[in-house]
Amino acid sequence: MEKTMPSGTASIAAVFAANREQQRKALAPFVTAGDPDVDTTVAILEAIDRAGASLCELGVPYSDPIADGAVIQASYTRALDNGMTIEALFATVKRAAAKVRMPILAMASYSIIFRRGIDRFVADAKAAGLAGFVVPDLPVEESDDLDAACRSAGLALVRLVTPTTPPDRAEAIARRSTGFLYCVSVAGVTGARTDLPAGLIDRVKWLRTKTDVPILVGFGISTPEQAKAVAAVADGVIVGSALVRHLAEAGSKPREELVRGVEDYVGKLAAAVGTSC
Amino acid sequence: MSTTSPAPSAPLGPLSSVPDALGRFGRFGGRYVPETLSAALEQLERAYEDAIADPAFAQELDGLLAAFVGRPTPLLFAERLTKLAGGAQIYFKREDLSHTGAHKINNTLGQGLLAMRMGKRRIIAETGAGQHGVATATACARFGLDCIVYMGSEDVRRQAPNVRNMRFMGAEVRPVETGSRTLRDAINEAMRDWMGSVENTHYIIGSVVGPHPFPRIVRDFQSVIGREAVDQCRRQFGRLPDMVVACVGGGSNAAGMFYPFIDHAGVRLIGVEAGGRSAKAGDHAASLSYGSPGILHGSLSYVLQNEDGQTADVHSVSAGLDYPGVGPEHSYWRDAGRVEYTSVTDSEALDAFDLVARREGILPALETSHAIAWAVKEAARRPADEILVICLSGRGDKDAAEIARLRGMVDG
Repeated sequence: MEKTMPSGTASIAAVFAANREQQRKALAPFVTAGDPDVDTTVAILEAIDRAGASLCELGVPYSDPIADGAVIQASYTRALDNGMTIEALFATVKRAAAKVRMPILAMASYSIIFRRGIDRFVADAKAAGLAGFVVPDLPVEESDDLDAACRSAGLALVRLVTPTTPPDRAEAIARRSTGFLYCVSVAGVTGARTDLPAGLIDRVKWLRTKTDVPILVGFGISTPEQAKAVAAVADGVIVGSALVRHLAEAGSKPREELVRGVEDYVGKLAAAVGTSC
Repeated sequence: MSTTSPAPSAPLGPLSSVPDALGRFGRFGGRYVPETLSAALEQLERAYEDAIADPAFAQELDGLLAAFVGRPTPLLFAERLTKLAGGAQIYFKREDLSHTGAHKINNTLGQGLLAMRMGKRRIIAETGAGQHGVATATACARFGLDCIVYMGSEDVRRQAPNVRNMRFMGAEVRPVETGSRTLRDAINEAMRDWMGSVENTHYIIGSVVGPHPFPRIVRDFQSVIGREAVDQCRRQFGRLPDMVVACVGGGSNAAGMFYPFIDHAGVRLIGVEAGGRSAKAGDHAASLSYGSPGILHGSLSYVLQNEDGQTADVHSVSAGLDYPGVGPEHSYWRDAGRVEYTSVTDSEALDAFDLVARREGILPALETSHAIAWAVKEAARRPADEILVICLSGRGDKDAAEIARLRGMVDG
C-alpha cells in the first residue's frame, strides 16, 4: 500500500517540526491495548487523535510490569484476562494506524520483545504501522541489539531519563534516544500524583541545554494545569494512569459514551498543552 | 603462554570465572531494569567491590556467621536413610541448623552489612516460603534497620508461622494481592517499592535472581555452604564427594552449594526442581527442565512464559520453589552441561519429608524434600563406596501445618 505520509522515526520528527511551526506542544496520551477490548482501543485511539493528541503511546499488556503502579497494572491484567495477545496487538495497531494521523508508539516490556525475537518483533511492528518503541525495562547498556534493529527499520527507540540518572549518564542516554527523550518526572512507578515533583522544571530546563532531541515529560501528570506547567519547558507531556483510570471508571458505560468522555478529557489536556508556548 | 585474548574456539576458562563486567553468565544474566534503578545497582556493585576488598568486612561477616548463625553447619551421615536406599552413602549438609532454620541468613547478613556501608537504613525484601523474610527480619533486628517484607497472600496463608516470626522481630509484612499472590508477585511489589525508595532503601533479594549484581552477590554470600562442604569432605573422607544434590527454585542454596565444586569436574552436581502435579504447563515450577530463555525480574535466564512472553502460572506444593524463573548462573551451568537439572513431583517430595522425619529424626523443609526425594532414588542405584551430599537447605517446621492439611491430618 502506498503511503504518502512519513512513517517510523520520520513521522515523529514531522510531528515535532509541525508543532514548532505552529508553536504548539505535544500531548502524548497512553492507553492500554485491549483494555477493555480491541474494538474499544481502536475507537479510543481515534478519539484521542481527534482531540488533538500529537502522539500516542500504546501500552502492551504484560504480566509483570515492575515500572507500573496499580492503575496500569490492573489495566494490563484486564486486557490479558480478556485474551489480548501480541498478534492481536499488531492487528489493532494496523486498524488504528489506517484511521489516525498521530504516530503510535508501543510501550512494551523487553521480556515481550525478546520472546518474539527482536528482528521479528520490529518487522511486525513496522508492518503494522508503529512508529517506535518505549521499552521501560531496557537500560542503555542492554539495548544495542534492539537499537540496531530499530535504526535499520527506521523506527524510534525512545530512551528514558529519571531523577536518579546522574548527569553524565543522562547526556549519554539523550544522545542515543530517537524520536524523543522520555523524561520521567519522579523516582517511582507510574501513577497520577497531586503535585509536580520539586526540581522537575529545572531538570527539564537543564536537559534542554544538553540535547536537541524533543523532550516529553511523563509519570504523575493528570491535570490540565500540571500539563500546562510542564509543557511550558518541555516539548510535550505524556499522560498515562489518569487516562487509564478514567477509562476503568467508565468501564461499564456504552462504548460511545466512554469514547466521548475520553475525547473531552484529552481535548482539555491538549488545549492546556497547546496554549503553553 | 603469551596470548592476549582467546581465539573464538578456545575454551572459556574455568566455569567459575563468571559473571563478566556486565553481569553475564555466558549469555545469561544482565540488567534489564527501569532506568530509575540503574544508579542504585551501580552503587551496589561498587559497594560490594569495596566490601570484598576490605578485610574488616569479611571479619565482621565471618564473626556473625560463627556466633550468630552457628556456622560451620555440620555434615551428617544419614545412616538409616543410607541403609534404606541400599547404595551410596548419603550425607546432609545441615543448613537447617542455621539460625532461623535455613541457609537464607548467610545472604541477609552479608547484604545487611552492605546496606549499612551504603548508608541505607531501610530494607525491603520479598519472600515465598517466608524463610528469606525471616532471615531478613532477623538481620534487620540485629543491625537496627527498618524492614518491610512483601509476601504473596497465598504464601501468607501457607507459611503462617514465618509471618508471625517476622512480625515478632519488628518487620512489617505486606501481603501482595496481585497476580498469583505468590513469590513472583512479591518480587514485583518489592521492585515497585524500590522504584520509589531507591535513594534510602536497599532491596535484599533472597535468591540468585534479579538484575546484576544480585545473582553474583547472593551466590558469593551463599558459597560459604559449599566451601565448608569441600573442607568437611576432605577432612571426613579424604576426598571430594561423588555427587552433590540441592533443590532449585530461584536457586540460592544450590548456587552456594555448587559453586565451590564447579571447577572440580569429577563431582556430579544435580539441581532438583519442583515438578508439581505433572509436566503440563501450569502444573509445575521447573524452569530449567521445561522452560526456555527469556527475561524476568531483570535478568535473562530460563523462564516459564507463554509464546507472547507473559509469565506462566506455576505450581509447587512448596512455596519456596513456586517461581517461574531461576538464577542466570544455573542457566549457564545447564547449557554448559556442568550441572544436571531434574525435577520431582509434589507427592514424591511429601513422601521424602515423611521418610526423613521417620528415619532420621529431621523435619526437612518441603523445598529440601525435593532434593532428598531424587537423591534417595539415585543413591539406591550407586555403589556403596560412593558419597552423595544433599544440601539440607532448611527445616520443615514452617510446613508442618500445611503438610498436615494436605495429609488430611487433624491438628491438635
